[in-house]
Amino acid sequence: MPNWLAIILFLLVVLGAATGVISGAVWSAGFLPAMPGWLIILLKIGIIVFGFVMLVASLMTLVGDRKQSAKIQNRIGPNRATFFGQSLGGLPHFIADGIKMLFKEDIVPNGAHRTFHMVAPALIFIPALLGFSVIPFMDEYCSTGAPMVTPNYPFELCPNGEWLNYFQVIDLNSGMLFAFAIASIEVYGATIAGWAANNKYSLLGGMRSAAQMISYEVSLGLSLAGLLLIWGTLDLNEMVRLQGKLFAGWIPLWGIVIQPVAFFLFFLVGMAETKRPPFDQPEGESEIVAGYFTEYSSMKFAVIQLAEYVATVFLATLTAVFFLGGWQVPFLFADGFHFGGIGAQPDIALPYAVVIAMRIVAMLFKVLVVVWLQFMMRWTYPSFRYDQVMTMGWKIVLPLSLANFFVTAFIVLII
Amino acid sequence: MEIGNYDALVIFTVLAVGVATLIVLLATYLGPTNPTKEKQIPYESGSDPIGSPRDSRFSVKYYMVALSFILFDLEAVFVIPWAVSWRQSEMLGHGLYSFGVMAIFVSILTLGLVYEWSQGGLEWD
Repeated sequence: MPNWLAIILFLLVVLGAATGVISGAVWSAGFLPAMPGWLIILLKIGIIVFGFVMLVASLMTLVGDRKQSAKIQNRIGPNRATFFGQSLGGLPHFIADGIKMLFKEDIVPNGAHRTFHMVAPALIFIPALLGFSVIPFMDEYCSTGAPMVTPNYPFELCPNGEWLNYFQVIDLNSGMLFAFAIASIEVYGATIAGWAANNKYSLLGGMRSAAQMISYEVSLGLSLAGLLLIWGTLDLNEMVRLQGKLFAGWIPLWGIVIQPVAFFLFFLVGMAETKRPPFDQPEGESEIVAGYFTEYSSMKFAVIQLAEYVATVFLATLTAVFFLGGWQVPFLFADGFHFGGIGAQPDIALPYAVVIAMRIVAMLFKVLVVVWLQFMMRWTYPSFRYDQVMTMGWKIVLPLSLANFFVTAFIVLII
Repeated sequence: MEIGNYDALVIFTVLAVGVATLIVLLATYLGPTNPTKEKQIPYESGSDPIGSPRDSRFSVKYYMVALSFILFDLEAVFVIPWAVSWRQSEMLGHGLYSFGVMAIFVSILTLGLVYEWSQGGLEWD
């Protein structure tokens, strides 16, 4: 079997399995309210973390980081580890790596601060995972059947007004602030990891990562201010709902349509925040070995790597939520497709369960597209020099995001 | 027992901390431990390290970045609530006033950025 076919098959199988698991949870919503609250929360966390985050992160490590880079560089990529004689697009390598890492020796260098050396990987991993608690993966679920569709905003009304929230761990009305607050804690992990290892390369990498992350964090918030001005809410699910509005009946008012400059700024800043190449100077392979995780081995190293992938997925998810319409499918409302404005009858009628499944798959698909785009950029462009990264952050991205915000405010004031 | 919003956050936090702690502890106790003198030396491309990194100096530029970060992150902290509540102030008829106040605030901080730029505070040469 050719490799690309195996990859596509693997992708389809995994996507299908995830969709099945999530839709199954939806179908069982009838007896979910009878279950104790903590069990529902555990289910939510399990589905979101293992069905979504780990799925995309492992797809990235496997397909994005290895197979796709191999294709770009005209190599074959990992194919030696096999499972019953099948290379399965390199999937066994992913599992073999995990097992190998677990049984490697954990080396702590002389003079390292043992506690901080141990705490730092966890401190990078925990916030990366916690950020997903406010991400909406589907709209709230109407327990009594399909919601009614109305021509004006909120578009969907539950007949008895009871919405059940199964696809967001916490429905915070300040969700965006929470997500950014959690995301910025990662700076501490990287800096502590760099300091604790008693290695000059690590210290340099830690300093670099701290400086780079805080530099771009300023623009991360400011580039979104224009969108917040237009939407007037910090609730992530509310934001996605607002993106279901149609302009002239045909153009979905996604974030990328109303704030195109902010999308490019946010995408750029997201790549810099997650220290992905071409912004990988905190790791700086050719100058400071591996930056702040030079002295990490065994599973601690794997945790740092995994946390970086999870952080990348998180920023991609935020991009999808803010700019690509989150779980919205264009023209799709609770009873089917309405082309050219919401009429009394849908142009293509669909059952509510199909709509739910389509929305979940749309969210997954959008995140995968953003992640794929980041990987293409990673393997296409050479890395920046460190002074170029910092100069770009302060002299180009920050003034641009300020200008974007100011112009948006001015236009909104005039209109 | 009624499960509120923030209880979910507590459960998620406990799970995340638990998983992270478990993995790090597994890393420490599952693998073999046979430390040798050479293995424990901090890796500096094969040569023996001279001096401790804790005593070594690093560029003052990082300090400048931290200072600028505090300034402009505070700006973001003030600008984001302003942006979110702008619709309400417009509905009350204070739209132009609100915009003017924000414009003055952002202009002062932008002047600060221009000054820092002109004084070379953003150079990394």
